Formats: sequence, C-alpha cells, structure tokens
Amino acid sequence: MSRADGLAQIPARAHGRADSRARRPRLARTETPTRGVGVVRRVAPPLVLVVLLLVVWQVAVVAFDVRPQVLPSPLRVVEQGWAYREQLWANTLPTLQVTLVGFAVSLLVGWVLAVAVDFSPWLRRALTPLLVVSQTLPIIAIAPLLIIWFGFGLLPKVVVIALVTFFPIAVGLIEGFAATDRQATNLLRSMGASRWEQFRLVRLPGALPRFFTALRIGITYAVTGAIFAEYVGATAGLGIFMNLQKNSFRTDLVLAAVVVTAVLSVALFALTYLVERLVIPWNRDV
Amino acid sequence: MSDLRVEGLTKAYPGLPVLDGVSFDVDTGEFVSVIGPSGCGKSTLFDVVAGMERPDSGRVLVDGKDATGRVDPFAYMPQQDLLFPWRTVLANTTLGLEVAGMPRSEARERARALFPTFGLAGFEDARPAQLSGGMRQRAALLRTVVQDRPVLLLDEPFGALDSLTRTGMQTWLADVRAGFGWTVVMVTHDIREAVLLSDRVVVLGPRPTTVRHEVVVDLPRPRDLATTTSVRFSEIAAELLGMLTLNAV
Ligand SMILES: Nc1ncnc2c1ncn2[C@@H]1O[C@H](COP(=O)(O)OP(=O)(O)O)[C@@H](O)[C@H]1O
Ligand SMILES: [Mg+2]
Repeated sequence: MSRADGLAQIPARAHGRADSRARRPRLARTETPTRGVGVVRRVAPPLVLVVLLLVVWQVAVVAFDVRPQVLPSPLRVVEQGWAYREQLWANTLPTLQVTLVGFAVSLLVGWVLAVAVDFSPWLRRALTPLLVVSQTLPIIAIAPLLIIWFGFGLLPKVVVIALVTFFPIAVGLIEGFAATDRQATNLLRSMGASRWEQFRLVRLPGALPRFFTALRIGITYAVTGAIFAEYVGATAGLGIFMNLQKNSFRTDLVLAAVVVTAVLSVALFALTYLVERLVIPWNRDV
Repeated sequence: MSDLRVEGLTKAYPGLPVLDGVSFDVDTGEFVSVIGPSGCGKSTLFDVVAGMERPDSGRVLVDGKDATGRVDPFAYMPQQDLLFPWRTVLANTTLGLEVAGMPRSEARERARALFPTFGLAGFEDARPAQLSGGMRQRAALLRTVVQDRPVLLLDEPFGALDSLTRTGMQTWLADVRAGFGWTVVMVTHDIREAVLLSDRVVVLGPRPTTVRHEVVVDLPRPRDLATTTSVRFSEIAAELLGMLTLNAV
C-alpha cells in the first residue's frame, strides 16, 4: 500500500537528507528513460510463463488426442476465433459498452458516497456497515431477479456491474480521505481553511494515489461483471455468445471469447495507468 | 508584530493531563524558545496557542486582546515539513495566502520575492521531492512567514535534520530573523539551538507540564558559531541542562 499513500511518505523523505544531495530539477528529468526498461521487466516474466503454458497445453492435446469438445488446442482456439472474428467483434462491442456505462455509474456512486461520508460522521457510521452488507449479496441469485424487474436492456447489467465494482472504489476513497495526516489538517486549520478547503487542498489530492489503486481493482471486476450479467440474460454480448457456444459444444469458441475478455480487461487495466500518469504526475512511484 | 501572553493554560486528553497551567510572555520582536523533555506537551502547547485545540482553562492574549481559540494571529510551522508532493515548491509556499483569499498571481509574487533569501532560488517549479532536507525546512518556513501573521510558532523546525545541516540552518535563521524582526516562539529540545537563537528560553517540566524556569540569554548579537564557544554560552547551556535534568527519571 505504500505507493498509494502519498502523504505518509512525506515525513520519511524529510529525514536525514543533507543539503549536498539536493537535485536540480533538470537532473531529475533524466531519470525517465529507465522507465521503458521497467515496463519490459514487468511484462516479460508473465509473458514467458503464458507462452510456456500454451506450449505444454498444445503438446498435451496433440499427444493425448483430446477431443476438441472437451479441450481444444490453443492453436484451434485462435484459428476458430479468427474464423468467427466478425461475430466475436459484434458481441464485444455491446459488452464494452455495458462495461463502460456500468463502471461510469459505479464511479459516480462511489465518489458521491465517499465524499458524503467524508463530510458527515453520521453518514460514515450509517453507511459503512451497509456498504459491507452490499458485498455479501449473492449476485448470482440477484442477477436473474434484476432481469425480471428491469428486462433485458442495459439497466440490469449496469446495476450488476455497479454492484460488484462500486465497493472497492468507495472504500478506497473513504480510506484515502481519512488517511490524511492529522498534522496536515492542523496546518490547514492554522491557515484558516474551511472544511471544504481542507478537502479540496489536502484530502482530495492525497487520496488520489489510493483511488487509482481502487480503480484498477474495480475495472477488472467490471468486465467479468458484464460477462456474468450477459450470461444470465442478454440479446448480445460476449456473455451470451459464450452461453450459446457452450450449449452447442463449441468449447473452442467459448475459449476464444474468454481470450477476448481477458484482452479487454488487460487493456482497460493498462488504461488506468495512463490516466493515472496524466492526472497525478507527481506520484512518481507509479 | 505583536506581543503574546500565555496565561495558565491547562489541557488534558482523555485520561492524560498534558498542560498543567502554562504561563509565559513574549515581547514584540522577541525570540523565545520553549524547551522540555520529549512528550511533555510542547506540541500540545502550540496546538492550543495556535487555536487548533481549545484549552480546558487559561487564555491566550495577543496585544492584550483575547485570542484564545483564534488561528489568525499565528503562523504555525508543524514538526514535519508537510510539503505536499502534488504542488510545486512555489505553490506549497503560497498555500496560506491562497487560503486567505489572496489572488494567485499576487501570492506567487510575494512568495517568489523571498526565494533568494531562503536559499531556494531556481527551485520555484521543482517538486518537494527534489529538495534536500534543509531546503525542505526552509520552504516550510517560507510558507509560514509569508503569511505575515503577528506571531510565528515554530515546532522543532530543525528536528529532522542531520547535525551539520542543522547548524547551518541555525546560523542562517539567526541572520534572517535579524533582518525581519519577527516575533517568534520556537519549540526545541536542543539546548544549544535554544541558546544560540533566543532572547529568552522557557523551560518546561515533565508531563503534566508547567513552566519550571526562564533564562534570559544576554549574549550579544549578531551571534555566530564563535558565540557557541564563549564562556557565557556554556554557563547558560549548563544552567538549562541543570533545569531540564532536575527530577528527571
Ligand atoms: N490528539 C491527541 N490525543 C490524545 N493524546 C495526545 C494527542 N496529542 C498528543 N497527545 C499526547 O500528549 C502527550 C504530549 O504530546 P506532545 O505535545 O506531542 O509532546 P512533545 O511535543 O513535547 O513531544 C503525549 O503523551 C501524546 O501522546
Ligand atoms: Mg512535539
């Protein structure tokens, strides 16, 4: 959690650094090129592992002559996925749309709740247990009910996604605001800052690193949440596509859709890093 | 600039009496240090004087007028530098002026003018992480004095620095203060620092704390490192050390 905790790092940095170690602003900028190497270092090991697993899988399927209905080889999944690319793409778009709309609603709800809780001790006491209860709801039982109530349109899916993703966002923000250093609050109060100014000048920016951590957790749930909601009932989307292919024993196409889902999740996940760098460039630990 | 009078302040946290009737005066333009053992309540005293905590009893007077619970007569420098990483050094130093409602360009101009004096010229647009420990403390001090409040309250301003940087900062502060004529109350637990910088030193006892002793530092100004080797300096330091260790467990 240390990288998410911008404020807590301040005192640590203040200790024992002599004047001679002052860095000229220009000097600090020359550090950027090393970042490219860092990305390669981070991406290479999981990539190697995945390739290794795929090779083992391919060899095993061929060696033991497994039926494709049970377990298709990775090459077959790619081959069939490519052959059905238009169908896959046509089903990816609605899933992406539902994911983004659902996640936007979730962000809105998470922010409104967290800010309200930060300003009202009464709301904090009232809402905290309810937030936890919302996470104990068995979505698997509730999703079909949502479809009975709201039909096969966008709404029930948006509700499912919001339900599974608003929690990490709200909690990340609530904790981020609350983690504000007491001394920092005192400093602002000594300057005569109102509660709103304290929020705007310290609590909000201080919570952003933690918010982006929460955002990443939320976005990975969002895609799977969308697939799940579609699986239960939809007219289009990767979830319903998987369900249909499963029913016709096209395991290869189910897996092809799984691959698309994974790519979608990873892309959205990577996007959060990009947004983070744009919004909080000062958080150098990213 | 104004004079400050602290009258019989008491303060207890639940189950923990901290201040037990603390009284002292500070004249206009005077530099007074408050020293006391660790945990005796020095920061708590500042929290109460600066209006961030209500005292259980007692008063704070500025220029003879009741200022208990008010924040506006005081510019407060907390124990940690608390420079915010999301602001440039310049934007950190204008924080108090922004809160006071001063237009941004005016605030920046005013803070910028102090950068050379504070040894920060060229670092206006740097991030706090790019500053050394000594520079961070000077930036925090700049943020404090630029608010132009009547009384400066500095809580262990050099506590986090290594001893070499610390000595440099002390002589620097002595010089700068001579130029500005601030009214300063500084908390420290460093006797040498207190004697070098102060006109008067207030000694606090262990918690629940009260003023145990006051020493006038009658060393001539300007003072520099040579001052610290004078006989009178050693006498005053010895007297303070004696008061601090009295009854100490
Ligand atoms: N907000 C607070 N609530 C409860 N106890 C506190 C609070 N602030 C300080 N204390 C306690 O008061 C005592 C004095 O603390 P402090 O004033 O920070 O001492 P000093 O600055 O002299 O080292 C300590 O025992 C500390 O734990
Ligand atoms: Mg203290």
